[in-house]
Amino acid sequence: MIVNTTKGKMDTSLLEHKSGVDENDNERVEWTEYWLEGELVHRSVHMTLKKFTVTGDAVAATF
Amino acid sequence: MANTQSMCTSFKEEVLTATHNFGAAPTRGSSAADSFKAALYLTTATVNAATTTYSGTGEVSGTNYTAGGNAITSWNAPTSSGTTAYTTPTATITWSDVTLATAFDAVLIYNSTQGNKAVSVHTFGSQSITAGTFALTMPANDASSALLRFA
Repeated sequence: MIVNTTKGKMDTSLLEHKSGVDENDNERVEWTEYWLEGELVHRSVHMTLKKFTVTGDAVAATF
Repeated sequence: MANTQSMCTSFKEEVLTATHNFGAAPTRGSSAADSFKAALYLTTATVNAATTTYSGTGEVSGTNYTAGGNAITSWNAPTSSGTTAYTTPTATITWSDVTLATAFDAVLIYNSTQGNKAVSVHTFGSQSITAGTFALTMPANDASSALLRFA
């Protein structure tokens, strides 16, 4: 798969892949990173907001 | 029968469609919905309940990010359930192929039709993006989770 990086478009097979999910009452965060020889060259985040109070304040402390 | 002191639910819903006007209001050229945008702010910025209009101060910057943020394409029609009126953008707001190296943790929703007047600030865990995509998916559009709620 080809991914956009700070070095231009690269094949992911050449890169180290890391990903994870962080979640609290406020949001769910799915992140994906690609590293090249110890350098972060790509990081994407898909964040899903879950709930806010009627005043717009976050319902949970951020992580 | 008994009377109950209340803020009428229909009024809360109608506030979301600018049906009522208690003071000087902008003259509207049509009944069409206003346009809204979403701008991202650095963890060092100060956007909060006192924010009245969009400002570039403290806004993120970086490759492929346009100052002022992205347009919110559309909103669910304002409605109510129980005594809560609510609405939520219909689609995920996406910043593609951006590099936002400095940490950010807030999005400001504002009305770009009405002089960039602020609507709401939503905070989240600190993020940065490197040659990637930041996709912000909205909460469920219901009385307990919608992005904008008047209970």
